[in-house]
Amino acid sequence: MVKPGTLILNVAAGLLMPLQLMFALFLLLRGHDEPGGGFIAGLVGAGAFALYQFAHGPAATRRLLHVDTRDLIGWGLFLAILSALPGWALGEPFLTAQFWKVPVIDVKVSTPLVFDIGVFLVVLGSVLTAVITLTELDQAEAERKERREEGRDKTWNR
Amino acid sequence: MQIAVLTGFVLAALAPLLHRLFGERTGLVLALYPAAVVVWLVQFLPAVMEGETFLFTQAWAPGLGLSLSFMLDGLSMLFALMISGIGTLIMIYASGYLHGHPEQARFYVLILTFMSSMLGLVLADSLITLYIFWELTSITSYLLIGFDHNDADARKSALQGLLVTFSGGLALMSGLIMLNIAGGSWSLQELLTDGEALREHALFVPMLLCLLGGAFTKSAQIPFHFWLPNAMAAPTPVSAYLHSATMVKAGIYLMARLHPALGETFLWTAILSIAGASTMFLGMVMAIRFTAIKKVLAYSTIMALGMLTMLLGIGTKEAIIACMTFMLAHSLYKGALFMVAGILDHETGTKDIAEMGGLRRVMPVTAACAGVAALSLGGVIPLLGFIGKEEMFKAVLHAPDFKNFMLVLSLGTSILVVAVAAIVALRPFFGELKPTPETPHEAPLSMLGGPLVLASLSLLLGLMPSLAGQGVLEAAVSAVMGESVSLHLALWHGINAPLLMSAASLIIGLAIYWGWDRVRAALGRLEPLFSHGPEWAYGRLMDGLVWLAETQTRLLQNGYIRSYLVMTLLTFIGLTGYTLLFRYSPDFSFDIDVALHEAGIVLLMCAGAVSACITRSRLAAVVAAGVMGFCISLIFILFSAPDLGITQLLVETLTAILMILVLFRLPRFSRLSTSFERARDFVVAVATGGLITLLLLMATNVSLFPSISGYMIENSQPLGQGLNIVNVILVDIRALDTMGEIFVLALAAIGAFAMLKLRPKELQDG
Repeated sequence: MVKPGTLILNVAAGLLMPLQLMFALFLLLRGHDEPGGGFIAGLVGAGAFALYQFAHGPAATRRLLHVDTRDLIGWGLFLAILSALPGWALGEPFLTAQFWKVPVIDVKVSTPLVFDIGVFLVVLGSVLTAVITLTELDQAEAERKERREEGRDKTWNR
Repeated sequence: MQIAVLTGFVLAALAPLLHRLFGERTGLVLALYPAAVVVWLVQFLPAVMEGETFLFTQAWAPGLGLSLSFMLDGLSMLFALMISGIGTLIMIYASGYLHGHPEQARFYVLILTFMSSMLGLVLADSLITLYIFWELTSITSYLLIGFDHNDADARKSALQGLLVTFSGGLALMSGLIMLNIAGGSWSLQELLTDGEALREHALFVPMLLCLLGGAFTKSAQIPFHFWLPNAMAAPTPVSAYLHSATMVKAGIYLMARLHPALGETFLWTAILSIAGASTMFLGMVMAIRFTAIKKVLAYSTIMALGMLTMLLGIGTKEAIIACMTFMLAHSLYKGALFMVAGILDHETGTKDIAEMGGLRRVMPVTAACAGVAALSLGGVIPLLGFIGKEEMFKAVLHAPDFKNFMLVLSLGTSILVVAVAAIVALRPFFGELKPTPETPHEAPLSMLGGPLVLASLSLLLGLMPSLAGQGVLEAAVSAVMGESVSLHLALWHGINAPLLMSAASLIIGLAIYWGWDRVRAALGRLEPLFSHGPEWAYGRLMDGLVWLAETQTRLLQNGYIRSYLVMTLLTFIGLTGYTLLFRYSPDFSFDIDVALHEAGIVLLMCAGAVSACITRSRLAAVVAAGVMGFCISLIFILFSAPDLGITQLLVETLTAILMILVLFRLPRFSRLSTSFERARDFVVAVATGGLITLLLLMATNVSLFPSISGYMIENSQPLGQGLNIVNVILVDIRALDTMGEIFVLALAAIGAFAMLKLRPKELQDG
């Protein structure tokens, strides 16, 4: 199984993960005009958490995330559907993109961005669900094996 | 109009929250929604009665000609009023019936979803809109029949209902598509104006058969009727609402809706008259076999649906008047009777009529409601059911085709209906008070409200038929006839043939009631016949389906990924290879213009591929495959597709991570395949690779469609306000595709989670 907790990995993960997450955010937000976008950002983000998990184990990763990875998927789908509605409410076909400019800080806000955030969350959630679940299963199996061996040791001692 | 329909879905989503807020009173609060719909509908009533049709259209995907469109005319109005009116009473009734039930929130979610779907179904103008709401009602019906999901019988009945109505739904979909091909429009409004074109189209016969397949399964016509009595496993508010007043009438609605365009053809008349009349009579014969009150009522609903179908088949003005009148009457009295049945079950603790008696003294109000509703069912003067039956007799007497056949069956039916009405209204309430599992007392007001209102309406509209007749019924009849019709319903027509038939059936029916136990015993001897009916055939069909599924799964999906791969690749080679080599003449005119570094990358890739195949270490194989992937992303970047390059890079990285996680779970590497198998795999692999290469080489020269990249490049900035064309395509131009893809991704993740985590206990521990 994958054992968490080697020193180099721990330190590296602590330094790299925030950078990776910031990079993911950066890719997500600039995606409409420059290379990037929700899908790529989701993969980078998943990579960041995967690295953290290798260093600190799945339980710590779950604590860090605060939310269940499956909820991330749900929220992503919800946002994607939500982004389809404004166009519809304004009398245009479903999913027609709407663009707004926030006046004071001059930021472009649009339904494609919301949609992209949805994609980001779904990708992030899906990959992490697979990675974390696999690792947890691995760990559980290893623990069972250990327990069995311990049991065998005891009978041996007797 | 869309707000009226869609609010229900929003409320359904909020129902658990509302339940936390209002507790036991949730039903009363949620009843405001259908009540509001009634008010909203009533304001359109005067204009609709003038013959006006309200239309509402919202483009959905204009490129595909799809829109979300609703229409409100007389027929929609009648149905929508029944759905929302009875819906209001049902919500109130449910709050009493489910008092203290731990899963109330789930019930309200489902019933609201159903209510909205049903409203959408009868208000739909676009065929696609209609179809989607049609299937939604089937799904919610499935979930509601199986509401008590710990009960295996309920689950089985739910599945049966779902499979029968879904197979009909598939037929309906084909029918609707043919309707679109023949009529050239998705809008019902437009299709109905040109019935001539539909009737003379070459597809008319298959189209009609498919549409009727949908209508007959939904409206429980023989031989598709058997799911309806089984659906009585649902809680009683559901039986009263879905399986008598609304959902089962969706098929009737569809036939009535299409009547102006498809009716009055010989095929239509023959199928509907014969199937309808048979269903009507046999439904009644089956009804008197049972003592479970809900079963009796369910079979009498089948009778009513048969009668409505028959009347639509006759198709004369009189028949349509009878159809609409009887439908309204049926919804009122059957809703009341079901609610009474629920009260009896709730208060006495038994569902069997034979175990009840003398309840009149302890439950006087319930008894009165049951009495009035049963009189309407039996078609006794002066209730609305009487008028409906008189009109029915009149229509049958003047029917142009199959008159005698229908006359005999409708007389027989009406005799049996009287007996059944007596069974449900007299048996439980009169005679000696029998001991029941629970001590009966009068039901709470919330549960009495529904039957009281519906029974009073049956009486009121019977005494003053012009209230309904000149109102919504006239508009509905006009919509079904496709022309303006004026209507004069009356209670008393003098002594004529229909009245004499009514009187005769009343007397004979009561006689049958007195001898009910003997009739049941006699019919019991016919049991082998009943037990080899359509339900038996359905059971055999399902067994066959399971057998087929098992066999093909054992054959094709044996659990070895290598055999899946071989199978998939061989199919690919067979189909694509055949098409490629025999349909197209190979034409490879390409010029080799490769830079040195590109050639280097390709060589590296080849080296990666070869070493992945020959290495004995799994980790090395993963790394070698990774080399290939990284080289591919390099090529993407070289050919100026940075997005693709980055994505490929990340996917490779994550795949490597996932692979390593899985690798630890695999046993030690060992060679298990024989040389022959390895040779075979080699041949398949080389053939696949070769074919792909061939395909690519040819694809660069074949151009079947003009390239769309020009459009994308031109419009990315002006329409999508983005410079990254790939991203604009993903999240804007082709957002619907992306939406589909993220749903697939989500499903895959949930599937993987379920496979890994939710395995049966013994597997997990083993």
